[in-house]
Amino acid sequence: MKIGVFICHCGENISRTVDCPRVARVCESYPGVEYAIDYKYMCSDPGQNMIRDAIREKGLDAIVVGSCSPHMHERTFRNAAVSAGINPFLVEIANLREHCSWVHDDVEAATQKAIELVRMAIEKVKRDKPLSKINVPVTKRVLVIGGGIAGIQAALDTANAGYEVVLVEKEPSIGGHMSQLSETFPTLDCSQCILTPRMVEVYQHPKIKLLTYSEVVKIEGFIGNFKATIKKKARHINEELCSGCGLCITKCPTKKKAYNSFEEDLAFRPAVYIPFPQAVPNIPVIDESVCMYYKNGKCGMCVKVCDRGAIDFDQKDTMLVADIGAIIVATGFKLYNIDKKAADSKYKGYGEYGYGKYRDVIDGLQFERIASASGPTAGEIKRPSDGKVPKKIVFIQCVGSRDDSKGISYCSKICCMYTAKHAMLYKHKVHDGEAYIFYMDIRAGGKMYEEFVRRAIEEDDVKYIRGRVSRIYEENGKYIVKGEDTIAGMPVEIDADLVVLATAMIPQENSAALARTIGIPYDKYGFFNEAHPKLRPVESTTAGVFLAGACQSPRDIPESVAMASAAACKATILLSSDTLEREPVVAKVNEDLCAGCFYCKKVCPFGAIEVKDVKDMNGIVYKEVAYINQGVCQGCGTCTATCLSKSIELAGFNNEEIFAEIAAL
Amino acid sequence: MTSMEEVIMKYGYYPGCSQTGSAKEYDISLRKVIEKLGASFDEINDWSCCGATSAHVTNHKLSSALAMRNIMLAGQQGLENMVAPCAACYNRLVTSQYEISKHPELREETEELLSAKFQKEINVINILELFLKIGINKIIENRKRELSELKVACYYGCLLVRPAAITKFDDAEQPVSMEKIVESTGAKTVDWNYKVECCGAAHSIARRDIVVDLSKKILEDARSHGANVIAVACPMCHTNLDMRQRAMKRTYPGHEELPVLYLTELIGLALGMNEHELGIDLHYINYKYTDPVPDNTVA
Repeated sequence: MKIGVFICHCGENISRTVDCPRVARVCESYPGVEYAIDYKYMCSDPGQNMIRDAIREKGLDAIVVGSCSPHMHERTFRNAAVSAGINPFLVEIANLREHCSWVHDDVEAATQKAIELVRMAIEKVKRDKPLSKINVPVTKRVLVIGGGIAGIQAALDTANAGYEVVLVEKEPSIGGHMSQLSETFPTLDCSQCILTPRMVEVYQHPKIKLLTYSEVVKIEGFIGNFKATIKKKARHINEELCSGCGLCITKCPTKKKAYNSFEEDLAFRPAVYIPFPQAVPNIPVIDESVCMYYKNGKCGMCVKVCDRGAIDFDQKDTMLVADIGAIIVATGFKLYNIDKKAADSKYKGYGEYGYGKYRDVIDGLQFERIASASGPTAGEIKRPSDGKVPKKIVFIQCVGSRDDSKGISYCSKICCMYTAKHAMLYKHKVHDGEAYIFYMDIRAGGKMYEEFVRRAIEEDDVKYIRGRVSRIYEENGKYIVKGEDTIAGMPVEIDADLVVLATAMIPQENSAALARTIGIPYDKYGFFNEAHPKLRPVESTTAGVFLAGACQSPRDIPESVAMASAAACKATILLSSDTLEREPVVAKVNEDLCAGCFYCKKVCPFGAIEVKDVKDMNGIVYKEVAYINQGVCQGCGTCTATCLSKSIELAGFNNEEIFAEIAAL
Repeated sequence: MTSMEEVIMKYGYYPGCSQTGSAKEYDISLRKVIEKLGASFDEINDWSCCGATSAHVTNHKLSSALAMRNIMLAGQQGLENMVAPCAACYNRLVTSQYEISKHPELREETEELLSAKFQKEINVINILELFLKIGINKIIENRKRELSELKVACYYGCLLVRPAAITKFDDAEQPVSMEKIVESTGAKTVDWNYKVECCGAAHSIARRDIVVDLSKKILEDARSHGANVIAVACPMCHTNLDMRQRAMKRTYPGHEELPVLYLTELIGLALGMNEHELGIDLHYINYKYTDPVPDNTVA
């Protein structure tokens, strides 16, 4: 075997403390080394040419480069070797910069250490075996979880790029929180008007399979080759037969039996319902918990009136399995519930604000419904308790957000903007009304955002009070809001007719459980973590899983849409090739030696290890062994170190290679 | 099982100074009620000041040492828990224990001042926790009459449930535990706004005008929500709401009296004791419970 050794000066970075020519001279004398040389910039074009020429002229079989960290230039030198005809895994890097010159100042000692580092690499490269990249096929289908604006955007972009999409939404309709909004900041365009066409587009798109009232229950496999199990909950309506006429809804005798969650509990709905008139798909759902048929077996009014026979009381939940290449998670957010009765166990409530006790103390989404033309008051601003038009509204920002004592330290980001919008909408509709906003800081960073807030203050005469509210209580139909004006340094008391609380955005219920199902990391609040906050903001650390919208942290609509398009782009890049190349540095089990203890299966952080049956000549299983899925294995080596029978080998890092390195020291 | 119950039903008792003076009737009624409910007290031997107000506004270390002395005494007496019926005592005791567990330097200084080592935490409980531990059912079982004529405004004041991080008891802003206890006497409770507002506390001495204003607001809010009696669990609150009604009459001519009872007195009435036995006749605002006249017209 002929080995070439190339020592880089890295300008002066290495040569300042390491005598590079001497390292090369000494190494040249080692057995197996055919050629050794040092150069100022080995990574530069002339440097790489030196390597290529040496390989060809001296007929080298393997090379060792003494340079910077392999994180920096391993790929560079491997490519150089490949172009001269050497397998990239017969290239070893001795880190003479980070591990040597940068951390020492004694030239003699550092040079000695550099020589030993290179010698170790020489001994390893002697035993290295050529490896070739692993090719895994890619399923050209994307799973989008969540049908809010982020999920809709991601699904449309992916489908328009020509790939199949499975869009899963847990509610009976897609649309998410955006479908509940009245108008949107900072342009005040109607939310439904800009959203519903996109919802219809999703429904009609030939490449999108829409699964509403469904949940992802299991994800198996790995990048390019996921298998998703999706539970389609029973609607008790045959989707094929239903025409969406709505007769079952109007005739259902339960009328106002259940709270309408789309209207944020400000209105009621019968047992059979569609969430809102523009719902997609326009197919109702029967709510078993209130339906009379499920209570006492009687009624069946809907069956009588449905001339298409679409009602199916016996319909059961069904499980669907789909092969998936990439996953986009867009599960969105919910509002921090400060109602004491339904408060999140994780967070303390706001008993002092009387939410859940006073009907006229509401949250931001409830105000959206009141202000919405399609809402329970048809867009007239009326308070829930008695339907009177409030003449004075107090808005309170940062309820929950930025409040460590309630367990949430972050800023929910959108509340400054939507509160300004709420106050503005109110003033546009109730001209003699007064709007007060208690704020901590106004955070209006965004295109046309600050201008929007100024407009609320200057044109619409919204009164901003900097300070917190300590208590709200009812007195003769008015809500006494006691707070502090920290600029005037005075306590303030306002007798409001309606109080709107800008409660914090928190992750959806069970977000942590979903993260575990998919296998992506999440933070202490349950928001999903991106791979890198700046440079990889829409990727999770799990290969092939991307993030979009408020499931990652509080986001407004423009940001959610931008993220969704970015995630769709990332997914389509992945799907654009037929196969994925993977590094061959993966572990492999020697099935003859494996005792089937499966300790490796327990320690593998990537779930790459499976149980495999070994059969004799007659096809009878005589033992179980570990099998490592090469597509999932990330080459971390944990199983190799754990294996009791030493039957697992990590390609490129086997025992022989590592021991030779150590012995050379 | 029986032995378990016996253990649970014995509580360390830290009376505090008010119980021996201005709130004597609180002490009297508490001891009698406890006995009727089958529980018993083990009073802390040689207990001393809890470190309230005068100490904790002037010298942090002193207030800590005073409180910790009593907690250490309870430990030496082999007690697991200790009832402090006065809200201020309760607050001082739990706060000191909390601070000492969080701040090692304060712990060292306090131990040096007391020349003793703090060895075990005592579960200091307030009067509401005591009745919840004994069990509301015990009150219902032993009830001799239902106080059905009473509409009670439960007043918690500022110290009983705050700060939430330290007391870790009920909701600091909308507490409901006193209501549960009062309802076990057969009385009704009213939903009102001032249950955790400030009564003026120790301003009672130097700035009586402040106390008169604040306490008047509390009384009027209770009355406007339909209450015919206020229940309290703090000697300071009682002093301000009961005794200061005379001063209120001078500031607010036409002020109508509203009786203010200790929670223990209400329970005592339900358990069949009379106003004299419970010390209610020691209050400034006279009060006598009258049972409803049986309505015979239906029969």
